[in-house]
Amino acid sequence: MIALAPRTRLLAAALLFVLFALLPFLATALDDHFIVITATRVMVFAIAALSLDLILGYGALVSFGHAAYLGIGAYTVAVLSSNGVSDLGLQMLGAVLASAAFAAVTGAISLRTKGVYFIMITLAFGQMAFFFFVSLSSYGGDDGFTLQARSTLAGMALLEDDRVFFYVTLAALVLLFLFANALIGSRFGRVLTGTRENPLRMQAVGFTPFRYQLTAYVISGCMAGIAGVLLANQTEFVSPAFMTWHRSGELIVMVILGGIGTLVGGILGAAAFLMLEEWLAIFSEHWKLGMGALLILVVLFTRGGLTGLLRRFLGGRA
Amino acid sequence: MTNLLLLQALNGLQFGILLFLVAAGLTLVFGIMDFINLAHGVLYMVGAYLLATFVGVTGSFWLGLVIALPVALAFGLVLEFLIFRRLYDRSHLDQVLATFGLIMIVNEGVKIIWGAAPLSVPMPELLSGSVPLVGPLQYPVYRIAIIAAGLLTALGLYLMIGHTRIGMLLRAGASNGAMVSALGVNIRRLFMIVFGFGAMLAGFAGAMVAPILSVDPGMGESVLILTFVVIVIGGIGSIRGAFIAAILVGLVDTLGRTFGPILLRMVLEPSAASQTGRTLAPMLIYILMAAILFFRPAGLFGRKS
Repeated sequence: MIALAPRTRLLAAALLFVLFALLPFLATALDDHFIVITATRVMVFAIAALSLDLILGYGALVSFGHAAYLGIGAYTVAVLSSNGVSDLGLQMLGAVLASAAFAAVTGAISLRTKGVYFIMITLAFGQMAFFFFVSLSSYGGDDGFTLQARSTLAGMALLEDDRVFFYVTLAALVLLFLFANALIGSRFGRVLTGTRENPLRMQAVGFTPFRYQLTAYVISGCMAGIAGVLLANQTEFVSPAFMTWHRSGELIVMVILGGIGTLVGGILGAAAFLMLEEWLAIFSEHWKLGMGALLILVVLFTRGGLTGLLRRFLGGRA
Repeated sequence: MTNLLLLQALNGLQFGILLFLVAAGLTLVFGIMDFINLAHGVLYMVGAYLLATFVGVTGSFWLGLVIALPVALAFGLVLEFLIFRRLYDRSHLDQVLATFGLIMIVNEGVKIIWGAAPLSVPMPELLSGSVPLVGPLQYPVYRIAIIAAGLLTALGLYLMIGHTRIGMLLRAGASNGAMVSALGVNIRRLFMIVFGFGAMLAGFAGAMVAPILSVDPGMGESVLILTFVVIVIGGIGSIRGAFIAAILVGLVDTLGRTFGPILLRMVLEPSAASQTGRTLAPMLIYILMAAILFFRPAGLFGRKS
């Protein structure tokens, strides 16, 4: 666990966001539209990884079913838009409500357990959600469901333009990051971190860890649900494949790769993971071989992920 | 109706036995080493592929099985030596990540070596055909053989853990590894034995199902998740818990898929019943798990931590 000073965290994030904001101009300069699409995808997963880091890094809750919320968010878009609700804001609200409901129920049960049990019960709940959507034949079941169009903003089909969608996604990422950052700095965040370090002591001081952990779990699920709404819009397609347990594993990988418990790390990790995926896929269709080997090497030989490496590289100042 | 129930109950039992074979090794590894191994399903898959290969080479199912088992054991030991022993002291998160990476490597490796297309293994002559049960009902001999092999393995494990010296060390290691080590037992070697043994059991399970299921690169994963459900329900580290939970999960899953829609038809109209049934059936075991963990957070036979 590496702690970043709040100011460093904000500074690093601001730098990242500015870099992101400049990418469409780079795309124009290079005449490579693909950059915008890839960057949007990266930011969507950055939101998901950020939400996971909130409970993983600050609450030590290893959720192995976090991709379920991506799926719930994505299917909210599918269900609402085929019933005539195409407004992005309303869809996000729907996704937040659906995610909150699922997180509250599964979280309340999962949090009764600890350690390995928690990892596996969240995995099982993720699978449960996965199978639910696989058997949802009115929305394509296993094959998924193609969306008619992207969501609308204020009644207009603004998101059909990839650049507008890019900046909407960036805005969502920035807002959610600021929200997470404020949450961590608040009294709530301190109690959560305290619970991570020593639940027994927090109890002795007079807090009920369960309430704080559950609240964090629900908030994290809602954020990932928003990422799901954006993911559905990005691909214009929803499928149970969004929520396989592999996806949940990849989200954990992103958080660890970027540096756990840093918030910025999740964003960095998502970027690194997806770029690596693209890059390895150029060399061979068997890119998973390289990714797997890399993962094992990262676990065995580095500590603190990319943020940690960067920090050591900069002599502990980053 | 009764015939169908009997048939599906036997299928459920056979499925449960299979899950037990995979879960037994995993629950020991968890319980004794406190090591979370996502790659356990991979060993099951490799067992099936090894059998398919050696049956192809030797032309005999039995010879293939006899060669495949020690190779599966060796594969498990190599993994232990190369990767797992470096992870025992790490956090659960590190273990999850590294074994997740290992799954990617082995799954892709299997695709490179054997191709992505499913393989099939011929049923051994001796165990093909069916036996009459009651009335016109027939049941395949091979599935009965799986049930018998699983029950024998369970009995063997029970005797080994309850009544031998190594079993005693295992039980002691599970309750207090540091103390066992302090008393002069080479705990690392004990870990290796447990791990190799668990790998062989999982490989055995994979080899046993090869003739009745297709052998494909994804086969380890569906079993892995169900195995997790089994050991969580049974209580981590408990072989007895794993056995009971495996049978329970096997029966609930198999019977739920067949009888769920039939039962729902009593309260819903047919089309709604079959749709709801199909949606609910795959979720049933997870609901079962959630219900059990709600009342017993450490599983049926788990120790309270």
